[in-house]
Amino acid sequence: MIRKYGPAALVVAFLFGVWELAARLKNLPFIFPPPSGVAVRLWELRETLLLDHLPSTLAIILIGLAISIVLGVALAVWMAVSETAERAFYPLVISSQMIPTIALAPIFIMFFGYGIWSKVIVTVLITFFPITVNTFDGLKSSSKELRELILTMGGTKKDIFLKVQVPSAKPHFYSGLKVAVTLSVIGAAIGEWLGAQAGLGYFSRRMMNQFDGAAVFAPIVLLSVVGIVLFLVVKGLEKRSLNWRNKK
Amino acid sequence: MMRKPVLEFQDVSFSYEGKKPILNRFHLTVYDREFISIIGASGSGKSTLFRLVTGLEKEEHGQIRLNGEQLENRHGETGYMPQRDLLMPWRTVLENAAVPLELAGAGKKEAASRVLPLLKEFGLDGSEYKYPSELSGGMRQRVSFLRSILTGSNILLLDEPFSALDAITRLSMQEWLLAQWEKREKTILFITHDVDEALFLSDRIFVFQDTPVHTLQEVKVPLSRPRTLRDLSDPAVMELKNKLIGQLRGGVEK
Repeated sequence: MIRKYGPAALVVAFLFGVWELAARLKNLPFIFPPPSGVAVRLWELRETLLLDHLPSTLAIILIGLAISIVLGVALAVWMAVSETAERAFYPLVISSQMIPTIALAPIFIMFFGYGIWSKVIVTVLITFFPITVNTFDGLKSSSKELRELILTMGGTKKDIFLKVQVPSAKPHFYSGLKVAVTLSVIGAAIGEWLGAQAGLGYFSRRMMNQFDGAAVFAPIVLLSVVGIVLFLVVKGLEKRSLNWRNKK
Repeated sequence: MMRKPVLEFQDVSFSYEGKKPILNRFHLTVYDREFISIIGASGSGKSTLFRLVTGLEKEEHGQIRLNGEQLENRHGETGYMPQRDLLMPWRTVLENAAVPLELAGAGKKEAASRVLPLLKEFGLDGSEYKYPSELSGGMRQRVSFLRSILTGSNILLLDEPFSALDAITRLSMQEWLLAQWEKREKTILFITHDVDEALFLSDRIFVFQDTPVHTLQEVKVPLSRPRTLRDLSDPAVMELKNKLIGQLRGGVEK
């Protein structure tokens, strides 16, 4: 444990130390708060943050991810089984990444208002891509020899899909999902900056207008924790579902 | 006693699209419970022959008959064991061997009840729930062979199954294969580029030389069964071996 995480912990501790020192020397807590100040503010604000703002952000993240998974996997499967669908959608999916989705966020706020859905859509837009592309590549990556072997055994296209392509795609799907959960936190926070009535991103931005530096940071700490926890959850699911990869 | 033919190529021509023909009016007959080896330089079309038998490729001309019947779709009629074992890394030994049973519609329980006793016979007991990555090369090949047996087909096509094994494992696998072949009363077509292996295992050896192939050079192995490795140093066999190696070289140098 110490061997594995010791060096990283040391670096983090060092960086926080430098930050603390620099912030105290500067002594401008409203724009450059020390970590200790952020921690204190986090504790003071714990009720508002955890009860009012965290649930609202978490809802955006989870609903957005769920929609992305359903739509992304569905599109990936469709493109994998139909070449026409692949030709029609794959270039669109790839080139959609050239559009600065974040910059489009204000449009969605205009369309869908300050409620939850405008933020969900921003989250879906940025998490859809890694899930779709990874799952699709995974479905396509299955070994040709293995597919042919199933054919020689009298298997159908459906057998090949279920017994070869889906299991081959699983590791890719989880890689995509790991990228997506980290992006989902960003998506939700940015959506909230632009217009919301609650949420960690919204709160952080409001505190910025009030020049309360420590309170700007406090919800960001929580957002990071959310991101890390989601990542670990996905990693756990991956380990369970791909337990053959742990054997050696 | 003449055995009945189980695999017949009659007048078969084949080429991959846009390439020069591999088979031209090709003939071949394999009889029930024969052990046939097919040797030839790489790229001489040995694997193509298997692809035609399994139905992965379709003949352009002529007929391919399995057990006397010419079928429109040959998928599912033969037991094919590929060169790389092609076990699914996400399936346990038991689940890998059960694939052909599952494809034939057997439920998980039923498949397991048929596979488990065989695993024991194949020296794989205790490995039922291991994953392929935990097995040695020889064990993986045995699982792959078991899987081809479980297709239920009387014709087994083995494509250089032992080429990746070390010499010692290979020898024991050859002896093991012969025992299995006799016990299970199968017809085996075995591709190899190892002349010793072909001589030790087969009733007849076919040599792939120049494409397009019209007929294969055929060699009867002058050894009775059961065989031991020592039989390979018999003068008649040695001579045959040199002749075969000469033919293979000739095919390459031209």
